[in-house]
Amino acid sequence: MALEQKPGDLQADPLVALEGAEDLPAIELTDPLWRIRLRLLWRNFKKNWGLFAENKIGLVGLFIIGVFALMAIAHPVLMATVWGGDNTEIYDPVIGYDAVVKEFIVVEVVTDPLSEIELIDARFTNINAQVGDIISQPQQPAPPSSKHLLGTDPLGRDVLSQLMFSTRAAFFLGMVAALVTVFIATTVGSMAAFFRGFVDSFLMRLADLILLMPLIPILIVIGGFWTIELWQLGVIIGVLNGFGGVAIVLRSQALAVSVKPFVDAARVAGGSKWHLIFRHVIPNVLPLSFLYMMFGVTEAISLEAVLSFFGLLNVDMSWGLMISVAQAEGYLLRGLDVWWLLFPAGMAVSVLAAAFFLVGRAMDEVVNPRLRQR
Amino acid sequence: MLRFIGVRLVQMSLLFLVFLTLLFFLLQAQPGDFSRQFLDPNIPAENRDLIAARFGLDQPLWRQYLTYMGNILQGDLGVSFARYPRSVVSVISERLPRTFFLFTFATMLSYYLGFMLGKVLAWRRGGSQEMGITLGGVILYTVFYPWFALVMIWFFAAYLDLVPVNQFLTPIRWREAPFSANTVFASIIWSTLLLTVGLGLSLWASRKPDNLAQQRLIRWGGVGLSFALFLAFWLPSDRRTFATDIAHHAVLPIFTLALVAFAGVMLITRGSMLETLKEDYILTARAKGLAPKTIRDRHAARNALLPVTTSFVLGLAFIIGGGLITETVFSWPGMGELLLVSVQNQDIPVAIGSLAMVGALALIAHIVVDVLYVFLDPRIRYQ
Repeated sequence: MALEQKPGDLQADPLVALEGAEDLPAIELTDPLWRIRLRLLWRNFKKNWGLFAENKIGLVGLFIIGVFALMAIAHPVLMATVWGGDNTEIYDPVIGYDAVVKEFIVVEVVTDPLSEIELIDARFTNINAQVGDIISQPQQPAPPSSKHLLGTDPLGRDVLSQLMFSTRAAFFLGMVAALVTVFIATTVGSMAAFFRGFVDSFLMRLADLILLMPLIPILIVIGGFWTIELWQLGVIIGVLNGFGGVAIVLRSQALAVSVKPFVDAARVAGGSKWHLIFRHVIPNVLPLSFLYMMFGVTEAISLEAVLSFFGLLNVDMSWGLMISVAQAEGYLLRGLDVWWLLFPAGMAVSVLAAAFFLVGRAMDEVVNPRLRQR
Repeated sequence: MLRFIGVRLVQMSLLFLVFLTLLFFLLQAQPGDFSRQFLDPNIPAENRDLIAARFGLDQPLWRQYLTYMGNILQGDLGVSFARYPRSVVSVISERLPRTFFLFTFATMLSYYLGFMLGKVLAWRRGGSQEMGITLGGVILYTVFYPWFALVMIWFFAAYLDLVPVNQFLTPIRWREAPFSANTVFASIIWSTLLLTVGLGLSLWASRKPDNLAQQRLIRWGGVGLSFALFLAFWLPSDRRTFATDIAHHAVLPIFTLALVAFAGVMLITRGSMLETLKEDYILTARAKGLAPKTIRDRHAARNALLPVTTSFVLGLAFIIGGGLITETVFSWPGMGELLLVSVQNQDIPVAIGSLAMVGALALIAHIVVDVLYVFLDPRIRYQ
């Protein structure tokens, strides 16, 4: 295929032109243009990956994200196999129920709460109970056992199953929010920087306006109009962030890009406005957008957890809800005695959010050369 | 410069008006009705209408809007539905100092620690120590905050029993109290404010003489005098036991907040320091043979201060929004808690009032940041 290019394209990728000049015949005869592009993309990726991998912190983040992704994938598989069939009623994260029956010795004063029970409590189960009797009592929440690796919650549901089930929702929400944020913020930021004037001031004042609103109360108000589903929450967070803070950051980046010589060159070569924006400005803003995508995921995950912790969200099961249930049932101040109620869910939110943040920071060093070690 | 500030002020006031309009219609558009929410359901319909008419709620929305905007320009934010007959202004002026008390302490603590640690972190880049602290910092920064606060409450209040669990004060100790909590709290605020001013003044004045001994004398003399005056006010005062009760309740929220906020400051400082260290003047300083500590503290850290200051001032403005979680989890009756409850109960006057307060503070902080930039970085000029 012959190397037929629009003039704008040549300017778009100066590297392509360079590549062609190096070994022109080979490319002209064998490789179509898209393959060269792909190869360049791959080479670029390898270079950036090298920079990224230099930073061990980013790799730690990727590893953690991988572990959580495995958990999300494993849940439906487990529900279909080990936890499936007759066990579905036990292991379902939302409607499952299992009262773990455990034997206690009835005593006057409890010294070991794991194997002894006070007389007055025992009489709730058996009115004739006496000191010294052995009494079987269903436990809710039950501590970890071979049947329930992370125990059960105050409503008798399997904590591990809830934890893994919620992972999927967290990923889903984070991705929706981040994608919407980045899509809107990149477009808004680039347009504001490129057109300047009225468009710029309108979009930026809009961003200021959105920044004035504290997110949680506004989400409560929006929640008053209709019951917010998970994907809707993702879209709302995305829209608010995309028109708000992230747009301001990306606009300043786009401003720096749109005065670069290659944009002028493309304009002189006859590129239309939209061509300039979509082929020259946006591709150069995108690396920073990806960075903010990572931070967006972090924020969305935390926000969802906070909202469902306060009981403001309509979700069946999520990490925030797990802690909310533990708090509502009054297990909070027992701390380590009921660690499986508080720690798995809380750690999951924190660690997954931290992982995306770490990846974002490592990407920051790829995108921003001034932060690099060398 | 003055012209720039003037233009900004006009822009901001316009933005604030748009913001208020948006808030008004957004909150009014919510489903739900004042008379069903806050009135006894058994009162007859005509009385219900009469009450609504007394509040002006029977008028069309645009009339209500004009009245509201007219009142707000005169500094009248209306009456609270849930706390009738208290005015919104009095509710906010009771809550705002409590929030500021909590957050000013926490913010100052976290920025001091965060800045100190952040600059060391950037300086000693690449070690396993740096990675460990950064990892810990990131985890604190992204930690699921309500959960973290709960764990702190469990550990320090329930397990170690060092501090009281939640609340603003211990009600049982105040039953016979001769003063209201607000009076005592006001004297706490004023005395700590004066103490801070005294400390700041003595540190500032100690820079003036070039004699080291004089510097020391002024510094320690000023610090000692400030503390002596502070104690002289509190020790003989009969409000002391009540003041310590409030302070005791504030310890844990301040500590928790500072711990979380500090990580963010540390990360910002580190990033900003890393960029500054690439500058040519750092290379020059090294070439001159200056001591590493001097380069770090005098040449790099001061220039890295700009983004940190931005986040400091903006952070102060956003404390109300951010205080929502802290205040709810710690049951601290401040602005954040007021905001959450009023929005949930549809106590619309209070909700708009406190949201407008948040917005106004954020706008003022924006202007402060813009002006501060000029003083911190002489290269920045506004036309």
